Amino acid sequence: MQNRNLVSISDLTKDEILALLKRAKEFEKNPNQHILDGKVVGSLFFEPSTRTRLSFETAVNRLGGRVIGFSDARTSSQSKGETLKDTIMMVANYADLIVMRHPLEGAARYASEISKVPVVNAGDGSNQHPSQTMLDLYTIYQTQGTLENLTITMVGDLKYGRTVHSLLEAMHFFNPKFIFVACDELKMPEQYKEYCKELGIEYEETREFNEEIINKTDILYMTRVQRERFSDLMEYERVKNIYTLTASMLKGCKPNLRVLHPLPRVTEIAQDVDNTPQAYYFEQALNGLYTREAIICRALGL
Amino acid sequence: MTIETKKELAVAALQNGIVIDHIPCNSLFKVVNILGIQNMENGVFIGNNLSSRSMGRKGLIKIADINLPKETLNRIAVVAPNAVINIIKDYAVVDKHKVELPEDLVDIIKCNNPKCISNNEPMATHFHVIDEEANHFKCRYCERIVAREEVVLK
Repeated sequence: MQNRNLVSISDLTKDEILALLKRAKEFEKNPNQHILDGKVVGSLFFEPSTRTRLSFETAVNRLGGRVIGFSDARTSSQSKGETLKDTIMMVANYADLIVMRHPLEGAARYASEISKVPVVNAGDGSNQHPSQTMLDLYTIYQTQGTLENLTITMVGDLKYGRTVHSLLEAMHFFNPKFIFVACDELKMPEQYKEYCKELGIEYEETREFNEEIINKTDILYMTRVQRERFSDLMEYERVKNIYTLTASMLKGCKPNLRVLHPLPRVTEIAQDVDNTPQAYYFEQALNGLYTREAIICRALGL
Repeated sequence: MTIETKKELAVAALQNGIVIDHIPCNSLFKVVNILGIQNMENGVFIGNNLSSRSMGRKGLIKIADINLPKETLNRIAVVAPNAVINIIKDYAVVDKHKVELPEDLVDIIKCNNPKCISNNEPMATHFHVIDEEANHFKCRYCERIVAREEVVLK
C-alpha cells in the first residue's frame, strides 16, 4: 500500500493517467463498492464549491467510506485565524485522506507536505484542479474510444481558464492537435503556446468561431466567458455572443464530435444544443463521480 | 608606516575569513540581507562602487573570522550570479570559487503572486530554477514563474 497525493495533473505520468482511467471505467460499471469500509475522509472546503464537493462526497459514500469536514471556511477555525497548517495537522489526526478546496494557490501542495495522510487537491485558486482534468480525459476517452491523435478545439476564456490549461498539459502525452478560439483579451497565454512548440504539438489560433473550425473538430471544449475578466463591459457584451454555440452550427460536424463544458454554463452553449447527439456536458459531470472514486482509491493505495 | 597606509591595511588585509568579490553594485545590500550580515558580530568591511577590470564597478564584502557553508554562500547567486568567494587563512587565499545557484531556492525569494499560499501562511518559500541560464524561477506552490529581474527577496 502506498499513499499518494494528487495536487497537480503534471504530477501524473502517462501510465498513471491511463491506470486511473481504467479504474474509473470499473467504477462506471459498478459505482457502489465497499472499498472504503471503515475509512474516514476529511472534506475541507475553505471556499464553497457545491458541485465539486458533492461529487467527491458522493464518491466516498458510494465506496462505503464516511465524510467529515466543512463546506465553507466560515464554519471552520480558519475564521478564528487558525493557520492552514494547524487545520491540516488536526484533520490528519482524524481522517485517512484529505480532499481540500482552497482559494489560495499552492495551498494543496503545502498541505501535502505537512499532512501525514494523503491530500487530493479539489481546486486551489486559479492554479490546479486535477480531478476536473481527469474527468475531462475520461470523457474524451469514453466518447472517442481513444485519447490519441484527436483535434481538440477550446473556446472562450483561454487566458484564465485553468481547466483548459490543465487539459492541454495532460493531453500532451497523446499527440493532440489544438485549435484555440478566443478574443484577444482572453487568448491562450504565451507560456502554453511555448509549451506546445517545445513538445511539437500542432496548434492554430483564431478569433473566429464558425462551422469551418467545428467541422474539423473531435472534441469541442467550451468554457464560460466571465464578465469580471473585462475592463470594458461593451467588449464583454460583444464577445459573449460571438463565442456562443448553437445547434445549427453543429449540422456539418464529424459524427464523433462531442461538446464538453466544465459547467456551470451561462450563455456560451445555447439551450437547443442540449437536444443534439453532440451534447455531452451532463454525462461529463457524471463522469466526475467515477474518476473521483478512482482518484480516492489511488490516494489511499487501495 | 604612515597613518594613511596603516588605515588602508586595516581595511584591505584579512587574516582569516572570507571575501565576497564581484558583486554587482545594485545587489550589494541584497547580498548583505541574504547572508544576514547586519546581525553578525564579526568584523565586516563593505565596499561598493570599487573599480573592476571585468565589471567596471563592483561591490565587495569581507567578513573576518568566519566559515560559512557553501550552501549558504550559494544563496547569493540569485542576485549576484558571478560573485567570487575567496577563503582567507593567514593572509593567504586558500580557496577561490564562483558561487553556484542551487536548483532549489528555499526561503530566499518571495513569490510575486499575492494569492500564493506562501504569502499568506508563516512558511518557507520554495522555487525551482527552470532554465539553464537561471533566469526563471517557478514557485513550488502556486506554480507561478518569476523572472530574475522581478525577484523580491524574502
